[in-house]
Amino acid sequence: MFTTYLRRELAGRRKQTAIVAIGMALAIALVIIVNAVSAGVQNAQATVLESVYGVGTDITVSQEAVAPTEGEAGTGGPQRFDFGADDGATTDGTTSVSQSRLEPERGTTTFDASALDTVTTVDNVSAAAATLALSNTSFAGEVPDMAATDSTDAAATGTMPAAGERPAGGPDGAGGSAFSVDSFTVLGLDPADEAVGPLSSVTLTEGRTLAAADADTNVAVLDSSYATTASLAVGDTVTIADTDFEIVGLVTATTADAATASNVYIPLDVAQTLSGLTDQVSDIYVQASASTAINQVQSDIETALPDSTVNTQSDLASSVSGSLSSASDLVKNLGLWLSLIVLAAAFLIAILFTISGVTRRTREFGTLKAIGWSNGKIVRQVAGESLVQGLIGGAVGIVVGLAGILVINLVAPTLTAGAATSTEAMGGPGGGPGGFGEAAAAAATSDILLSVPVTFSVILLAVGLSVLGGLIAGMIGGWRASSLRPAEALRSIA
Amino acid sequence: MYELTNVTKTYSQGKRTVTALKNVSVSIPNGQMVAIQGPTGGGKSTLLQMLGALDRPTDGTVELGTSNLSTLGDGKLGKIRATEIGFVFQGFNLIPTLTAQENVETALAPLGIPASERKSRAAEALAAVGLGERLTHLPAELSGGQQQRVAIARALVKEPTVLLADEPTGNLDEDTRDDIMELLEGLWRDRGLTLIVVTHDTAVAARAQRRLHIKQGVLTEVA
Repeated sequence: MFTTYLRRELAGRRKQTAIVAIGMALAIALVIIVNAVSAGVQNAQATVLESVYGVGTDITVSQEAVAPTEGEAGTGGPQRFDFGADDGATTDGTTSVSQSRLEPERGTTTFDASALDTVTTVDNVSAAAATLALSNTSFAGEVPDMAATDSTDAAATGTMPAAGERPAGGPDGAGGSAFSVDSFTVLGLDPADEAVGPLSSVTLTEGRTLAAADADTNVAVLDSSYATTASLAVGDTVTIADTDFEIVGLVTATTADAATASNVYIPLDVAQTLSGLTDQVSDIYVQASASTAINQVQSDIETALPDSTVNTQSDLASSVSGSLSSASDLVKNLGLWLSLIVLAAAFLIAILFTISGVTRRTREFGTLKAIGWSNGKIVRQVAGESLVQGLIGGAVGIVVGLAGILVINLVAPTLTAGAATSTEAMGGPGGGPGGFGEAAAAAATSDILLSVPVTFSVILLAVGLSVLGGLIAGMIGGWRASSLRPAEALRSIA
Repeated sequence: MYELTNVTKTYSQGKRTVTALKNVSVSIPNGQMVAIQGPTGGGKSTLLQMLGALDRPTDGTVELGTSNLSTLGDGKLGKIRATEIGFVFQGFNLIPTLTAQENVETALAPLGIPASERKSRAAEALAAVGLGERLTHLPAELSGGQQQRVAIARALVKEPTVLLADEPTGNLDEDTRDDIMELLEGLWRDRGLTLIVVTHDTAVAARAQRRLHIKQGVLTEVA
């Protein structure tokens, strides 16, 4: 009887069934789309963050930059290249000089590597790796042979220019000079640790990545994009702090358009030695044993290392900028509220229609009670009708929602994203080929095609909401129907 | 057998208290056909609700057989309505979305009878009231007289001991009224029912073995 009655009621009152189902369908479709887009945006954010911080990194530990005390040089300040009188090689009246230096990136503060040991002793830390973010700046130039212009030597060489005459020599042969400045980012990391850290998220495109045996060896892995622009390949050498490194591999970010965290990767101990930062690191990448332990790990590290800055992935997510960030904000704010409002409206419509249906069917329920139907039987009947209306709405909503997701995936909007990392602090003066900041900006900015995933949990959520909506409306309507006293229900229509 | 003793029923209407039944005492033996007449607002429907276990008296007792309807809980009153009492209403009170057969089946639903038996018994009940060919018709596809026949089939399909009819011919023309009354009388006679009919219509009341009159809540026998 329950099924027959339910089927007849839904079929016989098509208008009400359709209105309730459409309301529920719209709400559920919106919830599905907002949830799926939200998941897509989160995936995109995670991809951007992974390209910078590495896969599996839950927490990063760094130290905020502090102003140098008076008389102290500080780190990462303006760079200065000093050349002595005898520096460089002279040929044909032109002296060539060059110098390259490896120093902490501007805005980066280094701290003692023993912090890594402290972090690894914190409960629920499954892996941790330390890195040293550096910048290699090389200065090369050609100047006229100054020895030739020195007055004390003039008589001996007989080349002193006459009064009012320009010195000869230099790259243009007329006493001029030429200089070039190049800069790229260098990341020193433990070559034995692949589980966590920037190299854990990259894809090896050529050669090999760093291995434990590379410790204290002058080998480097290059970001593929940087290698292309610098015309470098596996087997070539790259000069860092006036030291030649053999390029053993090229890596690229897992996303097609993103660059990796640094231009060049070298063993940490070599980086420390060349930069003069023995036993110093700039960042520690930490993996927690479980996502539920992240907050505890963060708190414990902050306690153990009070001077450090400890960021979790959610903190890092806020550093993602660009249209991806706008999309995230839009989904979080407008999308969430819109879906909540539509959902509440759909529930309200379902409840009001059910109550109005019960009121209209007062005589029907009064009659059923008069012929012996129990309150429970009437509540089940009303709740069953509402539940099925909700499920119909849920089914239509899932179809509409999936269609919406399909459309979004077909359109595949491109989102640009930037991650505010320490490398971005390099951005500043420059702008010419190989100038300061270019590589850093490339490392932190990427275009992401928004891919909206369909997950089982989203479908489950939709079904759950439709059941919930139907049950709430049904229980309220059923309670109202059961609270009718049969005599009053019949009297009201007499 | 009904035994009503000093039954009083009062309702609150705002600050006013309305007395619908005043010290009503009456015995109705099994198998009797009784007509209850009286002016509108006189207490006919209230008395029928007491007899039908739809409401409890404010004072006094209503007994049906061995059951005291004045003191039983909602659940037990529901069971008595489901098994012992059949109702026929002036407005037929059929469920518009259900077919004639399904409407009749609703009376068997509370009894936990299997679907196949429900269907066959509903079909038999409809055949007994002359609607064996209209099983799948919706109420809107039936005339007033046919709808009342479906309502009678619904009331009798569970084989009650009492049939309560509230103005069963009130919405029907004279010819149909006579058909319905003949049907009710035939069923009453054949099944040994206690038939209590509330009516305005003197012609209908004249068919009963016993006539009661109720006015301003006071019940009197009509000689």
